Amino acid sequence: MYQVGIDIGSSAAKAAVLNEGKLVKTLLLDTGFSGRNTADRIYGMLEQEGITKENAAYVATGYGRISVPYADRTVTEITCHGKGSWFLFQENGTVIDVGGQDTKGIMLKNGRIMKFVMNDKCSAGTGKFLEVMTNRLGLTLEELSGLASLGNPVVISSMCTVFAESEVISLIGKGTPREDIAFGIVESVVEKVVQLISQVQGDQYFLTGGLCEDEYFCGRLSHSLKAPVKSMPEARYAGAIGAALLAEE
Amino acid sequence: MEEHTGLPKTFEEFVEARKQGFLTVKEFKENGGKLAGCLCSYTPHEILDAAGVATVGLCGTSNETIPDAEKVLPKNLCPLIKSTYGFAYSDKCPYTYFSDIIIGETTCDGKKKMYELLAELKDVHILQLPQGQDRPYAKDIWYEEICLFREAMEKKFGVEITEENLRKAVKKRNRLRKALCSMYQLQETCPPALKGTEMMLALQQGTFTFDLEKQIANIENKVEQARKAYAAGERPVSASAKRILLTGCPSGGVIQKVGMVIENNGGVIVCLDDCSGERTNKLLIDENADDILRAIADRYLSIHCSVMTPNDGRIDNTKEMVEKYKVDGVIEVVLQACHTFNVEATQMRRMVEDAGIPYMKLETDYATSDSGQLETRIAAFIETL
Repeated sequence: MYQVGIDIGSSAAKAAVLNEGKLVKTLLLDTGFSGRNTADRIYGMLEQEGITKENAAYVATGYGRISVPYADRTVTEITCHGKGSWFLFQENGTVIDVGGQDTKGIMLKNGRIMKFVMNDKCSAGTGKFLEVMTNRLGLTLEELSGLASLGNPVVISSMCTVFAESEVISLIGKGTPREDIAFGIVESVVEKVVQLISQVQGDQYFLTGGLCEDEYFCGRLSHSLKAPVKSMPEARYAGAIGAALLAEE
Repeated sequence: MEEHTGLPKTFEEFVEARKQGFLTVKEFKENGGKLAGCLCSYTPHEILDAAGVATVGLCGTSNETIPDAEKVLPKNLCPLIKSTYGFAYSDKCPYTYFSDIIIGETTCDGKKKMYELLAELKDVHILQLPQGQDRPYAKDIWYEEICLFREAMEKKFGVEITEENLRKAVKKRNRLRKALCSMYQLQETCPPALKGTEMMLALQQGTFTFDLEKQIANIENKVEQARKAYAAGERPVSASAKRILLTGCPSGGVIQKVGMVIENNGGVIVCLDDCSGERTNKLLIDENADDILRAIADRYLSIHCSVMTPNDGRIDNTKEMVEKYKVDGVIEVVLQACHTFNVEATQMRRMVEDAGIPYMKLETDYATSDSGQLETRIAAFIETL
């Protein structure tokens, strides 16, 4: 029996398959316009590997969780990220998930979620902020981190993504080096994330979501939090893994 | 006194239900009915009852009139204030439109400054509340305000507010309070006898009933029916539903956005801990007090709202409610830009967490723009309980 977790995020869709308690397969797709189509594509891709309704249970999560028609049930991404992170890290601490439109902090103790915080409708400190800024600078996320590591401190003080973009445009206009702007952008996200999770502080942190393989970002986060920030490539799938774990029955 | 029974210019543009609302109130006015609009638990209703004036709650709970309000009021203001003003500004609420007077209190800064602008559109009477209840002279100040209010209403409506009528009004209002409390207490059982949102909707409906006797009867009926149904084995709420106490700002504008979402995601509201809930309605007035006006004044001033400082009574009461209703989790709703409840939320959170109960604060307004995120947060909170 397979356990399948499907995490339809605002920008990326993830799937994780567990068999006998082991992670056997992961998938990553752009969510695109239709979460429903993406969910169907995921079903088809898994079907080709012999994973179907006949031999698998499905749980959907993420903001698009209701657009997965074949899911046995839906669970919120908070619970799933908590479960998935415990599966991956097996330690007490606080999960930081920087998602496409939400950033979440989840305090974990002995596998249980003690408390969580999530940004409100504002996109400050989320992946959306980074996406807008990298587009403005004509960079990819990887390039942004690479440049930021060479930059000198520049402060981007606007909380709002739209205003921050104007601030970046004026910096560009003034001829501020791209490295410095990149540095300011990453620091802005770090600062907002740290502020958000101040209510769920831990001795150590686990970074999940699309930035999990970004060593520079992890490093800056760790520097600001004055605590270790751990991650691993599978942490991108933490939500999907958590959903799969909940698909037991 | 000038009679006000004509319809607004925009009447023909209204949908049928709204037209009907206007016609009902128009008829009430044409038959000699007097109407006062109230905006707060601090309004001493007995004075208006004794003057033969019907009262109706005008707290704005809809996003619909906010764009209109924002032509005059700043955007970054509490949605309740904007919505209330917007209804007066746009002539869209029959109760606001036909009210002979609107009664306001100097509660929060946003409200008291809004009343200045509201007074350009409607006759408004403001009662000045003390900033706290603990000074020895606070009760005297408030008593003086109530006396002024009595005089103003006598003058406005050309009536005498007699002691006899005040005592009658106190008795009737006490009955309403007891009926409301017995409705709240339906939620004590596990599972509770009502959905919390059903109760919230019944409460909201009640504020639009001019006839107090009818309002009391409606609630008593509802309680009676729910009790009977429960005794007959009906269980409208699942026994596994997580028991939620909803505290914070007035919740009438977030019944759909927060209330329904809680109850559609495995929770049930067992205690409505806003100013229209048990905290306020368990405060009765001594019907046999020597000085009935004093007794009325004292009762209203003892209401706990975050505009008062200090306001420990609210926190202490919530602590009691958490135990009484065997609460699994506390959700606090703060309306955008409500500084007093937002700041006080820190004290609330500390008390709730010290009691070992999970707590979550939601800051929101009446718009639907954050519905998706709210749903995720509420559902996740209930999942963790």
